[in-house]
Amino acid sequence: MTNVVAAILVLGILGYAVFGGADFGAGFWDLVAGGAERGARPRRAIQLAIGPVWEANHVWLIFVLVVLWTSFPETFGSIMLTLFVPLSLAAFGIVLRGSSFAFRKEVSRTSSQRNFGAAFAISSVITPFCLGAVAGAVATGRVPKGGVAGDLWASWLNPTSVLGGVLAVSACAFVAANNLVVEADRFHEPDLSAYFRRRAVGSALVTGVIAVAGIFVLRADAAYLADRLSGVALPIVLVSAACGVGTIVLHRGTTNLRAARAARLLAMGAVVAVVLAWAVGQWPYLLPTSLKIADAAAPRGTLITITVVFAIAALTILPALGWLYWLDQHDFLEAESEAESKSESGAAPEVAPAAKPEPSR
Amino acid sequence: MLIQHALHGFREVLAPGALGVDPVPWARSQMAFTLAAHIILVPLGVAWAFMALVANWRGLRKHDADALLLAERWSKYMAVTFAVGAVTGTVLTFEFGLLWPRFMDRFGAAFGIPFAVEGLFFFLEAIFVAIYIYGWKRLTPWVHFWSGVPVVVAGIGGTVSVVAANAWMNEPGGFRLNQAGKVVDISPAGIFFNKAMPLETIHMLIAAYLVAGFLIASVYAFAMLRGRRDRYHRLGFLIAFTVAAIATPLQMVVGDELARWVYQNEPTKFAAIEIVPRTARDVPETLFGFITSDGQVRGGIPVPGMASILSDPATGTNTQIRGLASFPKNSRPTDSEANVVHWAWDIMIGIATGLFVLSAWFAVVWWRRRDLPRTRWFLRAASVAGVASVVALESGWVVTEVGRQPWIAHGYMRVKEAATSSSGVWATFLVIVALYAAVAVTLVLILRLMARRFRDHDPTAEHHLPYSPRRRRGVTAGDGKRS
Repeated sequence: MTNVVAAILVLGILGYAVFGGADFGAGFWDLVAGGAERGARPRRAIQLAIGPVWEANHVWLIFVLVVLWTSFPETFGSIMLTLFVPLSLAAFGIVLRGSSFAFRKEVSRTSSQRNFGAAFAISSVITPFCLGAVAGAVATGRVPKGGVAGDLWASWLNPTSVLGGVLAVSACAFVAANNLVVEADRFHEPDLSAYFRRRAVGSALVTGVIAVAGIFVLRADAAYLADRLSGVALPIVLVSAACGVGTIVLHRGTTNLRAARAARLLAMGAVVAVVLAWAVGQWPYLLPTSLKIADAAAPRGTLITITVVFAIAALTILPALGWLYWLDQHDFLEAESEAESKSESGAAPEVAPAAKPEPSR
Repeated sequence: MLIQHALHGFREVLAPGALGVDPVPWARSQMAFTLAAHIILVPLGVAWAFMALVANWRGLRKHDADALLLAERWSKYMAVTFAVGAVTGTVLTFEFGLLWPRFMDRFGAAFGIPFAVEGLFFFLEAIFVAIYIYGWKRLTPWVHFWSGVPVVVAGIGGTVSVVAANAWMNEPGGFRLNQAGKVVDISPAGIFFNKAMPLETIHMLIAAYLVAGFLIASVYAFAMLRGRRDRYHRLGFLIAFTVAAIATPLQMVVGDELARWVYQNEPTKFAAIEIVPRTARDVPETLFGFITSDGQVRGGIPVPGMASILSDPATGTNTQIRGLASFPKNSRPTDSEANVVHWAWDIMIGIATGLFVLSAWFAVVWWRRRDLPRTRWFLRAASVAGVASVVALESGWVVTEVGRQPWIAHGYMRVKEAATSSSGVWATFLVIVALYAAVAVTLVLILRLMARRFRDHDPTAEHHLPYSPRRRRGVTAGDGKRS
């Protein structure tokens, strides 16, 4: 039973890493898209791409927190006590990101768009960094068991946590770039597809370099995890690397949509494999190496309830989520507000709408 | 690491016990503040979709273009309020752990269960709200309409689940503590359907419809006072106000029932509500006033015997009410907390009475001549009713939350035993107040901006065509424009 719930927890993290990660990564590309004029078109593609889906993707995080606190309550207490600072920062980041994204969509003046855009983009980087650092803190055993607080700072400002944070940001950027290649193609913007294709390749390389550097960090800082990753979890690590390389090959080789879709799947596969490698890497511990999953679990009644709720969720939410994605990918959903369409309707095609000042009426 | 040296100063300040900062009052303030902020958005998230669907239904059934336009615009506003509601709700999820880790680590296995159910509903709500909001142009009309229905259902389910968790804090049940003080023998149904759950969830659910109705109607009432008396504004007012006017009398009945339930089951809270210092019969209902440190009731307007009569009409003035002094000091609200509860209670009841009169006025006039009351005073009152209903909502939560003090889980754990040891909570509290203030101001400005833009945009122009055929759209080119 405990293992079933642990698997549910991992599935939740996977959902958040892949889908939520793609939204965070889109924010990263928004941040580095350049000035208002130059970055207008990529930003608009990002907005159209994540507009209808980000809230649903965000719920995975709630799911993870709820499963963690019901099924492993004492560990949840330890994590929250120890990692008070990065988790508070992540919560602030989530508020700032969600609201500024929703607000930006409704304003048409460039300066307002820039302000909200900056808030959205910066918080899209801070939040995954903090959550990655939290993962690093857990994986290296810096969170003590028994519902007590560990070191408020060293727990997440250490080599592995920084690695976790940076890796989270770059992996989000990587999966987002691969998604945006397909999305830009869907919007009939071949040059934007190429734009994100270059970024997909670049972020794949950067993520690869960080991962290789990570080997040395983990060797020095987290012996248990490093051993497991180079032992039992090695095949999963290699799958992740292969997926990453696969995306580069696909993007360098061809520019057709089928290849881009395949690359997006591979990118998601790479992120899934990284999260799985982490999970297998610290198995059977919830908090390496002080607390085993089996010893941390809530009473049986709670675990059964969580499993039942998850089964119901799988039957109801997954089809609904599938329908949402299907509608989104087949252009049934319109992510525009009147602000955008207004600025568009009067615009000459080559003038990017987001760069235009408020249109005179 | 360098960064750690740089942070050494912060470490001193934020370390447990540093500067003698007690985290408990800060944690309480932060929780209260973030809850109070989030609860304003909850009615909009829960009930606005229902009202949009009413307009949508009317629009499709009666080919009413105004109603359809109203539904579409409401869904656009909802997109913004729902986003802010979703993220402020996420903050609360974090805060259960960040602020109350000791509560969660002891009771998370029980208290968390209603949240697992809520998570399910919230997921559905987020999915279908996106389909409904973004599906106006490309989905077929009835598919689009039905995609909004799960939003209403999930809103109801989510409200019931979250309030069930709060009710559990009032009446913990569905578990047992073993000798080591650990939660065992979990009964999910016992936790979810705890003793306080039925009435408390219904009360909040109706409150959501009531507040959303008055809040939205107040915007249209204000617009009508400013001369925008076209059919569109009238329809916006009527749909929202009708929902509120139906919810109000229902809420009075449920609230009355709940008050008597509290009298029977949560005597400490009830003693605070009625500021009863010592156990007595023939207790007066004191309007406002306060309880002093020497256990006297001062000020206010006493209505003789009324508190006893309302507590149990069968026994009338002979009904005995337990006083605050009859409970151990560490198991009941302090005198100042009791005063807060009492004032919040009186404010809630006072506003509810006013809203009831307003609803009745509307109902009578509508019944007699199918029209709004002609006097401008009606619209003036209706435009104040929105904010007033929010105040009543907040007051209601103050009653139940402050009235439960000093407990976080009644009879099992006190608030101060539940709090985090991180003394940096004062800092996160200040940050969150600043952040929420900025978000709140911006939210209002954005909603006004949207309203102005909608007004400038002539709906009868050739532009407005919901449910137009599906087309490919571009990022740059104008082929995706609203035409």
